[in-house]
This record gives sequence, C-alpha cells and structure tokens, in this order.
Amino acid sequence: MNAPAIRTVEEAPAALVRERPVAGSGVGSATGAGLTQILLAGWAVAVIFPFVWMVVTALKADPEILSSPWRLPAAAQWDNFARAWTQARIGRFFFNTLLVLAGSLAGTLLVSSMAAYVLARFPFPGRNVVFYGFVAGLMFPVFLALVPLYFLVDDLGLLGTYQGLILVYIAYSLPFTIFFLTAFFKTLPNEVGEAAILDGASQYQIFFQIMLPLAKPGLIAMGIFNFLGQWNQFLLPLVLMPDENRYLLSQGLYFLAVQQGYQNDYGALFAAMTITMIPTLVVYVLFQRRLEAGLTAGALKG
Amino acid sequence: MHYQKYRLIVPFLLPAILLYGVFVVWPYAQAIYVSMTSWRGVSPSRPFVGLDNYRRLAEDSRFVEALSRNGQLLIVLPLVTIAISLVFAALFTQGGQAIPGAGFYRIVFFFPQVIPAVIVGILWSYVYTPNIGLLNGVLRNVGLGGLQRSWLTDPATVLWAVVAVAIWSSVGFYMVIFLAAMQSIPSSFYEAAVLDGATRWSSFRDITFPLIWETVRTSIIYLSIAALDFFILIIVVSGGSTTMGAQRAEVAALYLYNQAFDKNRWGYASAIGVVLLLLTLVLSVGIMRLTRRETYEY
Repeated sequence: MNAPAIRTVEEAPAALVRERPVAGSGVGSATGAGLTQILLAGWAVAVIFPFVWMVVTALKADPEILSSPWRLPAAAQWDNFARAWTQARIGRFFFNTLLVLAGSLAGTLLVSSMAAYVLARFPFPGRNVVFYGFVAGLMFPVFLALVPLYFLVDDLGLLGTYQGLILVYIAYSLPFTIFFLTAFFKTLPNEVGEAAILDGASQYQIFFQIMLPLAKPGLIAMGIFNFLGQWNQFLLPLVLMPDENRYLLSQGLYFLAVQQGYQNDYGALFAAMTITMIPTLVVYVLFQRRLEAGLTAGALKG
Repeated sequence: MHYQKYRLIVPFLLPAILLYGVFVVWPYAQAIYVSMTSWRGVSPSRPFVGLDNYRRLAEDSRFVEALSRNGQLLIVLPLVTIAISLVFAALFTQGGQAIPGAGFYRIVFFFPQVIPAVIVGILWSYVYTPNIGLLNGVLRNVGLGGLQRSWLTDPATVLWAVVAVAIWSSVGFYMVIFLAAMQSIPSSFYEAAVLDGATRWSSFRDITFPLIWETVRTSIIYLSIAALDFFILIIVVSGGSTTMGAQRAEVAALYLYNQAFDKNRWGYASAIGVVLLLLTLVLSVGIMRLTRRETYEY
C-alpha cells in the first residue's frame, strides 16, 4: 500500500467527521465542565484499565498473578510470550488466521465490488430485488443459520478446510460490503466511463482499469472493516474448524481460556490475549477515522 | 450495447449471488425444513414430524425461561446503552465548543468495539473471578468487601454481569453514531435557541433529540437484535457453553447451541432457530412501527 492511497483515505473522513460544535447553548458553567471531565475520564479509565491490566499480567510470573494481582511484575516475564507462541500454539493459530484472511479479504473485496458496480450503475429488471436481497442479510444473526450451515459445509466436503472457511467468510461479509460499495460506486462520475467507451474500451477494461482505481478509498474502508470483522470472528471457526491444527486465533484463545482451569498457566494465557489484540490495535490506531466512518455508515440515516 | 451490458451484468453478479445463495440463504431455508424433523445424533435419517418440535418447545420450561431472559435483555440492553451513549455524546460539546480531550475520549471509548469479543470476554471473566478478580479486589480496597461475591455463578448476578460487559463494549460505538448524527444539525438552530433563552437541557430535548431520532431508532433495532442473540459473551465470560454460570444465564441462542452441538438434537435446535428468526422479524417490524414519529427535514 503506498502513501498517496493512505492520504486519500484520511481526507475523506476528515470531511465526514469534522469536529463541529454541537449543542450550542452558553450555559455550561465551570462546575458543569468539571463534572463532564470527571464523568468522561472515569469511563475512559474503565475502558483502558482492563487492557492495561491484561498487558501487565502478561508480563508476570504465575505466583505473582495469583498472590498480588495489583502489583507490577518484579521482572518482566517475556517467556510468557514465548510459551504462548509455541506451547499454547498461538503462533500456529496466528498463521492460520492470516492464511484464511488473505483469501477471504481479497475474495470479499473482488466479489463485492463487481456486484456493487453492476448494482450501482447498470439498470436491469430485478435490480432492486437483488440489492435488497443482499441487504436483508444484514438483519439476521449468523447463529440462526449455524446448524444447517455446518451440515452444508460438511456435505460439500469443506468442513475443517481453509477453503471452506474462506468461502463462508466471504458469503457473510457480502451484505454490508455490497451495501457500502454500491453507495460508493453511485458517487463516481459517469463521464469517465463514457469517454472510455468512445475510445473503444470494453466494459471489463473500464471496470478493472478505471472504476476500481477510482473506488480505492471505498475499497480500503471495506478492507479495514472486514479485516477487523473477520479477525474477530469466533462463531464460524468454532463450528466449522473442528481440527485443532487449523484453529483460528479467537477460537484457539477460547479453548486456551477454557482449559486454563486445568493447566494454570495464566501468564501464557494473558500473553496470548495480548498477541491476539495487537493487530487490531495497530489497525485501529492507524485507521481510526476511516473505520468509524465505515462502521457507523450503516446506522446513519440517508 | 445491450448485449455487451448483459455480458457484464451476469458474470459480475453471479459469484456474489452464488456464494450468498449457497452459504447464507440456503442454510436459513433449510433450517425451516430441518426444524420439522426429529433428526438427531449422527444418523443420516431425518424423519418428518411436522410441527412436533414446535409443540414441544412451547411446553419446554427451560426454553421459556431462556426466552424470558432474552425478554429482560430486550428492555435493559437498548435502554441503558442508548441512555449512556446519548449522555456522553451530549457532553462532548460545551458552550458551543468541543470539550478538551474530545478526540482522545472518542478514540478510547470506541476501542472495545474493535477488539475480538473473545478477548473482551476472557478479560472480564478475570475481572469477575472471585479470588484474584479485579472487581472483588476493588471492593475490598474501598472497604466494600461485604459486597464481594462469586459474580459468575451466583444466579442473581451472572446474567447482569455479562450484560454489563456488553454495555461497556458498545457504548463507544453508539456514542460515535450519535455524535455523527448531531454534527449534521446546523449550528444556527442552536444559536437561535440560545437567543430564545434555551438551556443546555432544553436545546438537547427540543432540538438535538428530535433531529437524531432516526438514528436512535436504528440503534434500538440493532440492540434489540443483539439482545435476541447474545450468547458469545455468555459462553466466553462464564468459561464454556456448559458451565454452571452459562446455564444460569442461559438465553435462547445458547440453548440452541447446546441442543445442537452438545446434544446433537439438530431438529429441535433448528426449531429454536426458526422461532428466533421469526421473533427477530416481528421485533424489527414492531419497533419500526412503534417508534415511528414525524421526521424533520433540514
């Protein structure tokens, strides 16, 4: 990903989420302002504290975790991370997750952008039926389809395979991604395509060489959105990936936590959680504005 | 031109329609058929039993009890989450200015939303755990040791302990949604109101709230659907789908999950799924109708 692309991404949300004064009465007194700060700071502490505690605990030795949960570690136990990575096999799960996401993210963006492009720019009979058919998928929680999905994937011989999970991830990412990208393609100017047709370009060339590059900000927004959604996905791998060697991170972490009662390696568990959190933290800090705009787009009117 | 157009439309739409049809639409449709069979275990036979599973569900006290927990969530989760988010969103500006630290608070509050639910769940299971847990530790340190309890096994607290986690992690998301909606309100509205002697509270009540109502309404629907689902956090926070804590906080979706993947009662589990699917639909349409108000164009 090159620098100019990132800049385009950062520009769009600046316009979308500009900090404009909202409630405009001048009554706010100094005590009011103080109280506001206390409330907001209090919530901020409530949000941050568990995560800080998690990272600190990840650096402690097990006896310390049990006897003095409130103190800082006497010496940082980096070995916890090593054990999490190898013995608890978080490294393996990390790699599995990357493998699935590489396929599912590319697939989600390609399949969705092709469909969204057609739905946004080519009127045909039944277009609305197709569009709202996709959008309806936004309403239903995944778990309702879980039982038949499990048997369907098994019948197709895809249970416990990376390909199977990739296809399912793509399918369940389509509703929102198509919804978002259709709106995005509608905003692109018509003239470019028309000029290209006069120059003798085929419709495929127009899409891949002109429209797709123009849609880059939208594609990046959906790339980030789906990265987080798919990285965090828990239910689908839990049901569709029964093979322990192919566990994904969320799932591996869950079983690690459930087994912790027997093995008592708390340090490794907290290190594993920290490792799993890092990629989402990095993506969030880098793309915070763009992500907010994407995540909230569906819920805003219009 | 037309010929060329359809040569584009069909191959461009086909992959999406196929994937969506096979992996999303078909399983939902199949659930309806499977719910009318007594299929269980690993047996390939799926004897058709009509509506029997549904009849048994109506008399299944465990299911009714689970559903009543969803009912309680349905009231508490949207109400509390939206109230807190609205208060925070309204507090973000004071005297016409974004308050100091607004950008920082916004980044922090939103953060739990992007963290894997599994991490959030495990983390909170250690907050609630009796001996080394943070919550009991805090209570001891501030002299409220008497309030300490075993949060995740006490039937009176386990469900609400998990609800608190859900609220904690989603307040930032709804706050950002409300802030975005508030930012599209022209500031001249507030300036005029101030001239008319409006207070902070009255301009929130008379201007902000009615103008962001559509967004609040969408949020009510989102959170209601979440209240009908709501089992990932329960199984993660309580340490497994069949633990004592999970059973004492059993919601309909968790009952479905255990009937299916623990007991292998596929037909019965699918019937639970279909009931929840219908409830989701009825609820969404119902809330849309109940919350319809005059909308304001501006």
